[in-house]
Amino acid sequence: MRRLHSMVWMLGSFLATSAALAVTLAQAADGQTAARSDRWNAEDRAVLASLSLKRLAPVPVDPSNAVERLPAAVDLGQRLFNDARFSRNGAVSCATCHDPQKQFQDGLPVGQGVGTGSRRAMPIVGAGYSPWLFWDGRNDSLWAQALGPLEDAVEHGGNRTRYAHLMAENYRKEYESLFKAMPRTEGLPRDARPNGSAAEQAAWAAMDVRQRENVSRVFSNMGKAIAAYEKSLQHEPSRLDRYVDAVVANDPAAQGMLRANEVKGLRLFIGKAQCVTCHNGPLFTDQQFHNSGVPPRNAASPDRGRAAATAKVRGDEFNCLGPFSDARPAQCQELRFMVSEDPALEGAFKTPGLRGVAQRPPYMHAGQIATLEQVVRHLVEAPHAKVGHSELTHTHASKTKSTHVERAPIELTDAEAADLVSFLGTLNMDRQPAVAAR
Amino acid sequence: MNRFITATLSIAALVATTGCMSPPTNLDVSIIRPTVDKKYVVTLQPPAAPAAINQLHSWQVRVASSAGAPVAHARITVDGGMPQHGHGLPTRPQVTQELPDGTYLIEGMKFSMTGWWEIKLAIDSPEGADKVTFNTVVSQPAAGR
Repeated sequence: MRRLHSMVWMLGSFLATSAALAVTLAQAADGQTAARSDRWNAEDRAVLASLSLKRLAPVPVDPSNAVERLPAAVDLGQRLFNDARFSRNGAVSCATCHDPQKQFQDGLPVGQGVGTGSRRAMPIVGAGYSPWLFWDGRNDSLWAQALGPLEDAVEHGGNRTRYAHLMAENYRKEYESLFKAMPRTEGLPRDARPNGSAAEQAAWAAMDVRQRENVSRVFSNMGKAIAAYEKSLQHEPSRLDRYVDAVVANDPAAQGMLRANEVKGLRLFIGKAQCVTCHNGPLFTDQQFHNSGVPPRNAASPDRGRAAATAKVRGDEFNCLGPFSDARPAQCQELRFMVSEDPALEGAFKTPGLRGVAQRPPYMHAGQIATLEQVVRHLVEAPHAKVGHSELTHTHASKTKSTHVERAPIELTDAEAADLVSFLGTLNMDRQPAVAAR
Repeated sequence: MNRFITATLSIAALVATTGCMSPPTNLDVSIIRPTVDKKYVVTLQPPAAPAAINQLHSWQVRVASSAGAPVAHARITVDGGMPQHGHGLPTRPQVTQELPDGTYLIEGMKFSMTGWWEIKLAIDSPEGADKVTFNTVVSQPAAGR
């Protein structure tokens, strides 16, 4: 028995060694073919070039925020962003969920402010390129977005009147250098806001129209300063950018820049894995809303995503057309041509950008998917959506043939999926984003 | 006009295959098409310089009767999307102005990515209701530009 056992052991280790040897030889062969795998045809080179940070246009001007380019606004915004006094418990600032040391997000499935949120904190760099903010796009400017969490009961848990007091007491000089004179805050209630608790609403109703307008204006200006800071943050080039720029320039150094499996993953990303159909451009997002059948975090009350958000952005007092916007109505074109009442918006969420993605799990709008491997598997399996209809298809789909052209399923072997995940690592950030040097 | 048509067909042939499939090889990208029930002949006029991806821009469309006479006061709705991706247009373009000679200004057009897009027009006038679908291929600028 013992002899059989040791024979099996020897045979097993011989096979394992042969297998290891075979794999090593194959990888060496791959290393040989790595030079060839860096060859890209003209069409692929055009796609690669489109992904480079060099192709990122200057951030669009937001006509609704008159101070967004002023250095003083950037400075004030950075201070407000990090000031935890702007919360019900004095312990939550924007940086709590948007940590500057973590790509301005928190690594949690859903945000944890004074309470527990319902969605994943989104990274901030590049958000100035999005016409719609949040996963569901319920705000149409960076400055309007900043105001939502400040008054959200589970995020900062505060209210605009409390914040007006804080601004008057701590930031008067900075505020008045950017905006008009700070309105009088003496005699205002400590806590009041239009959509708050019964007591907050009653206090708000008891303020006269002028006072309410003054407080809302101070509030909107806080948002504008915060937006100026956020917009000044810039991406640093990644390994992928260096590789793409070298390929486009026909620089032979390109061949040493990415590992063979990363190049394979890139080829899949722009090819049969279909990633670039939504994750396109230098920010790796089409800025649009898609349903990929991500399972809802709360099955009892599933998140409708974009479908529930268009009414919110239209009705938002801080939108482009509202009284606190610096834009002329003719400049509010995104709102004017916004898609709403389309069944495709049910359960649809904004395509997230992918720069630094491998460094910031978990994934999706409520952190439902823990790893990138699982994300790829989800997009290949393409489960039926619980809310709305997934845009993706899977192989062995139902036998009834669709009458219109449908998206081809994404089909990847395990090795290909692994290569794709390896490729995403080339978008890692070496350093945290910072305010651009001025 | 002919140069434009040739150029459009060349672009279609050269399209960057961005990860789903290439557009069908026999894709009709003509910019003058009769409507389904032949009530109208519609000419699509894209902007002189192609807009950047995700940039809001305008197109014009000219509606004529089958005999070629310009049709004024038509109501036109715009729809469409990317058939190979299973999604619609990212915006809701609208006719915002009627111009001379049966021409209409469509504002709010936007393409969120390169590839094959359908632009579907539903046209209604005293001469009747009809529809037409145009194909357009939004292409990538070449590398190194």
